[in-house]
Amino acid sequence: MDGVMNWLTQDRVGSALVKVLLVGNVAPMLVAFLVWLERRVAAWAQDRMGPNRVGPFGLLQSFADLIKFLLKEDVLPGHVNKAMYLVAPCLAVIPPLVVLALVPFADRFAIADVDTGILAAFAFSGIGVYAIALGGWASNSKYALIGAVRASAQLISYEICLGLAALGVFIVAGTLRLEDVVKMQADGFTIHGETLHGISKFFDWNIVKQPIGAIIFLIAAFAETNRTPFDLPEAESELAAGYHTEFSSMKFALFFLGEYVAIVAMSSLFTTLYLGGWTLFGVENAFEGTTAQTLLQILIFLAKTMCVIFTFIWVRWTVPRFRYDQLMDLGWKRLMPATLAWLAATACVVAFLK
Amino acid sequence: MPQDTLNQDFATILVFLVFGALFVIANMVLVGRLIRSKTKYTEGKSTVYECGEPTFGSAFVRFDIRFYVLAVVFAIFDVEVVFLFPWAAVMKSLGPVAWLEAAAFVGVLGVGLAYIWRKGDIDWIPAHGHTRQAGKTLPGELTTVPTDGVPAATIPAIATPAVAEAR
Repeated sequence: MDGVMNWLTQDRVGSALVKVLLVGNVAPMLVAFLVWLERRVAAWAQDRMGPNRVGPFGLLQSFADLIKFLLKEDVLPGHVNKAMYLVAPCLAVIPPLVVLALVPFADRFAIADVDTGILAAFAFSGIGVYAIALGGWASNSKYALIGAVRASAQLISYEICLGLAALGVFIVAGTLRLEDVVKMQADGFTIHGETLHGISKFFDWNIVKQPIGAIIFLIAAFAETNRTPFDLPEAESELAAGYHTEFSSMKFALFFLGEYVAIVAMSSLFTTLYLGGWTLFGVENAFEGTTAQTLLQILIFLAKTMCVIFTFIWVRWTVPRFRYDQLMDLGWKRLMPATLAWLAATACVVAFLK
Repeated sequence: MPQDTLNQDFATILVFLVFGALFVIANMVLVGRLIRSKTKYTEGKSTVYECGEPTFGSAFVRFDIRFYVLAVVFAIFDVEVVFLFPWAAVMKSLGPVAWLEAAAFVGVLGVGLAYIWRKGDIDWIPAHGHTRQAGKTLPGELTTVPTDGVPAATIPAIATPAVAEAR
């Protein structure tokens, strides 16, 4: 079995294909689980049962839903702009899926270990705005149009905060490679000349070194994935279903899938940047050099990501929705100056104190 | 990292893109078409969904996009972020000089942010580039007191040209 590790690092083409298939299939599976988790947590938060009939604990509910989506009639309304109407659902799924290709799930296990990984990740996640803007506009429906207009303003506003907040991590790390950012959090710095050991390695994590940056990144990630409290583009109490009101069958399912893949992508980026990625106080090196080590690291990464995803769900069922002007107010008048100030402070400490 | 490895990595991303496209197309077009039953197309299915109300007019109309100035500002700030990423990577080795240079760069943009903030473009009612002043009304707001005696300031302007045309 040790051969697998070597093969992963040496046969680049073959291993890349295997990884693409693995991540490309695991991510939608994870989404299916996530939808179930969301509904169960929602039920728990609202003191009701939630889906509990299909399979054990209702675990197969998402698959039942998927079959229902597949069997529903695929209506192509006559009043829409056809090309854009069909392109929008594709754009909703593919970019967040590609972000996952840039995240290192374990040591030497990123699908594409690019030097400027984070830039590519932000570039792809930035494309997501087109899905909503085009989908909403092409629907030729007033609800959808208002949803799309809101989404465009929201996504571009918080994208800046997202980038600026993450910048702090890279100032501390001195590299743009996500794999190096993770490694730096495992064996990064020393206190009084002594390297940290065991559980105290927690202080190496960027969430300790960049607390404000982490919070701002998380808030911006909520906004980027259209999650409550920032779910104005689809605000169901005012806009029917917002930008996807006119979409039916699998086209709607793809928007749905895209939203959750984006959550997985943002959570794994948060894990990578702030929570030490695949590392866990040295536990990750338990089976040095074997396949088991890679598997353990992937498990650690998934566990951390699930914690972040749970935070997404938790916040959704705790905080009420913002009003449009409050949203812009928070983004431009509160978060933006705060991010810039935090960035200046971080850079100042790194520049003048080291 | 050598050039060919870098290209290989971006090629992998391309493979992933193709995988994603196939995944989407298979789901959206093929699988459903194979298993779902034939349905009859009716007139009602092609109408706009507005909670059962018959719609009037198209949604492809002139629409008051709020915060459009912010879209321009976004472009500037996003480019700023992209410029700052390489700076962040070498910040440690360059030290105070790099900090001062970036501070000047971000400072200029900060002044820009302060300007649009002051000008009121981040606020909800930024009509024609003026901030709302006490006692003054904005274009589109009712200035005369309606016949039923409701104060003008509480009634927002709702009639848009599109609605008027459709009627």
